[in-house]
Amino acid sequence: MKIPLKYTLRNFQSRRLTTGITVVGIAMVVFVFTAVLMLAAGIRKTLVATGSTENVIVARKAANGEISSIIMNDTYNIIMSIPQVAKTADNRPMATGDVVVIINLTKFGTSGGISNVTVRGVSQPAFQLRPHVKVVEGRMFNWGAREVIVGASISRRFEGVQIGNTIKFGGDTWTVVGQYEAGGTGFDSEIWGDVTQLQDAFNRGGSFSTVTFRMAGTDQLDAISKAFAGDNRLQQFEAKTERKFFEEQSEFMSIFISALGIFITVFFSVGAVIGAMITMYAAVANRTVEIGTLRALGFRRRSVLAAFMTESIIISLVGAAVGLFLASFLQFLKVSTLNFGSFSELEFSFALTPDTIMSALIFAVLMGLVGGFLPAVRAARLSIVNALRSA
Amino acid sequence: MRILKLMFKNTLRHKLRTFLTILGIGIAVMAFGFLRTVVTAWYAGVEASAANRLITRNSVSFIFPLPLAYKDKIAKLPGVEKVSYMNWFGGVYIDKTQFFARMAADPETALDVYPEFIVPADQLAAFKNERNACIVGADLAKQYNFKIGDVIPMEGDIYPGKWEFVVRAIYQPRDKTVDGTQMWFHWAYLDERMRQEMPGRAGQVGWYIIRIKDPKDAAKISEEVDNIFQNSRAETKTETEAAFQQGFVAGTGLIISLLNFMAFVIIGIIMLILGNTMIMSARERTKEYAVLKTIGFSGSHLTKLIAGESIIISLLGGGLGIALTYPIVGLFSLVVPKSWFPVFYVEPMTLLLAGSSALLVGIVASLFPIQRSLRTSIVDGLRFVG
Repeated sequence: MKIPLKYTLRNFQSRRLTTGITVVGIAMVVFVFTAVLMLAAGIRKTLVATGSTENVIVARKAANGEISSIIMNDTYNIIMSIPQVAKTADNRPMATGDVVVIINLTKFGTSGGISNVTVRGVSQPAFQLRPHVKVVEGRMFNWGAREVIVGASISRRFEGVQIGNTIKFGGDTWTVVGQYEAGGTGFDSEIWGDVTQLQDAFNRGGSFSTVTFRMAGTDQLDAISKAFAGDNRLQQFEAKTERKFFEEQSEFMSIFISALGIFITVFFSVGAVIGAMITMYAAVANRTVEIGTLRALGFRRRSVLAAFMTESIIISLVGAAVGLFLASFLQFLKVSTLNFGSFSELEFSFALTPDTIMSALIFAVLMGLVGGFLPAVRAARLSIVNALRSA
Repeated sequence: MRILKLMFKNTLRHKLRTFLTILGIGIAVMAFGFLRTVVTAWYAGVEASAANRLITRNSVSFIFPLPLAYKDKIAKLPGVEKVSYMNWFGGVYIDKTQFFARMAADPETALDVYPEFIVPADQLAAFKNERNACIVGADLAKQYNFKIGDVIPMEGDIYPGKWEFVVRAIYQPRDKTVDGTQMWFHWAYLDERMRQEMPGRAGQVGWYIIRIKDPKDAAKISEEVDNIFQNSRAETKTETEAAFQQGFVAGTGLIISLLNFMAFVIIGIIMLILGNTMIMSARERTKEYAVLKTIGFSGSHLTKLIAGESIIISLLGGGLGIALTYPIVGLFSLVVPKSWFPVFYVEPMTLLLAGSSALLVGIVASLFPIQRSLRTSIVDGLRFVG
């Protein structure tokens, strides 16, 4: 026969402080564990949303990011001659050659702290290729003018890039004429201008950093890759879907954060498990007479074992719930860091995914199982006579 | 002295519980030490900076170059001893995951401004004499098994094309704070290829390294350098090496905050473990404490007894944690490629912090049970049923 759950619950009441401390300990571990996974997921989510699966981006094979890729104008023309490149209404390729550079800007509130910001020069079809980029304040930059529009997250975080300001780079000054939003994607953390103006300012001739185009139909990537492999002039370049390209930029950062975080939370959890173990051992020691009585009433050893295991798992689940509850508030937080993939500032928010919740719960139950097992075994193995006599 | 004996006897009453508590604290302190070591590794570049080195780069950002012609203008300034220059090469060796710093440097001056890179004289001469020679750090040589005479093939990205470099020298870092995973080759070799293939990019350097006579002049000389090139097409930004390195670290402040936050949580966890143990022990001994009070022991005796036990346990745990930090840091540097964290070792400061936070936790964890036992009257204590 099973020992009623009520018995377990009543026990928490009689030892509130110790139980509470253990719950807090587990909640702390779960909170940190969840926060780390949420951070890694947030970076990934932002960059995955940045790229579209319908667009293909071409970069130099050896390049680690857009800034270290160079595509000459003649290569650009070769890529445009591939039949899988979609056309705009006026029969021009729906493609943008981007020039991507990094400039330093001063962050608000850090007394002169600077960080890297991506400046992207785009061609006109860029706004058709990336329809989520929309000017929300001020106006669009004029093609052929030294004007730029600034992503929402950059204008929130950096000095001197609000509408009406001028930014100095490339031996010239650029007027900020508008602010755009890109739906929480990586483009929100950039500054955009006319690519021909940037090429001119940086002495780039007709060269681009990357070339992005819309595929003429779905699933044309294989055909495009074949076209690249078959052309000697394109050997040094690689075509990928835009989504995959940006997702890869999140790889290093999200692996780094998860690996470090998990490595450390595992140690944390050992601490918490030991805390739970101490609590459960004490619970067993204090209740020796009770356990004897239960056994004398006819409850089996395995019922006692189950009751103590349940107690431990409930403690850890309550801890997990508290930890997850607190961590879920992190979703409202927007943070930014230098992304190693692009070497520039990226804003993103913590993302709570179902996977993260599951991992946190499994992790907590494991802590409860490990912490509760040995004490529960001790409780189950007490002999009735000795237990009753121990008072 | 008697009381000390009683403290030790008390810790041994619940051997399993005391053992678990010490183990728990030990593991948490180890995690703390490890975290601090990661944070200090992050700042290694700042720490290793020399006070007499200035870095001059393009004011727009470090990806934009400066003309080579700036070199002589900078060298003429009073207080400047030596000027050297470098370019970030980037490139891919084997595949993109194999990361280490690859730079084009001026062989004549590079080692004058970086005296902490120690190179045998004959190797240095061989390096200077061969156009496509390179010099690699001892840690890098160990990681990839590079030997003198080996050819390192690379695929360029910033500087497109295939490149080959011959290892002619291996430098030893002067001490463990110095990065031993860099690779330098002749700047002239890079420039020559650029002149042929992309003439627009010839004669450009990534940044200048300036050695000055007196570190006190750093601010003055920085300003003078920047003034020379003001309103030119490539304006400069000059700062001390430490400030330059700090700029790189500042961008990843989020990770530092995350690590510091975790360290904070760990101290909280240690406190909970120890606090829990002490509260339980004191609760079980309520009757005893009442007996002690009855036979004339004062409150201060009880305080010493409980606090002493708590501190003994926390210090033992702290000691265990510090002892465990070394193997775990060693394990981590075995698993993670050396070039990710070129400088990775346990700083004495880390140990001091770990030890003192363990002591602090020992004191704090005993406060609650002390207060409780002092407040309990003798009668209530004797009547207490656990």
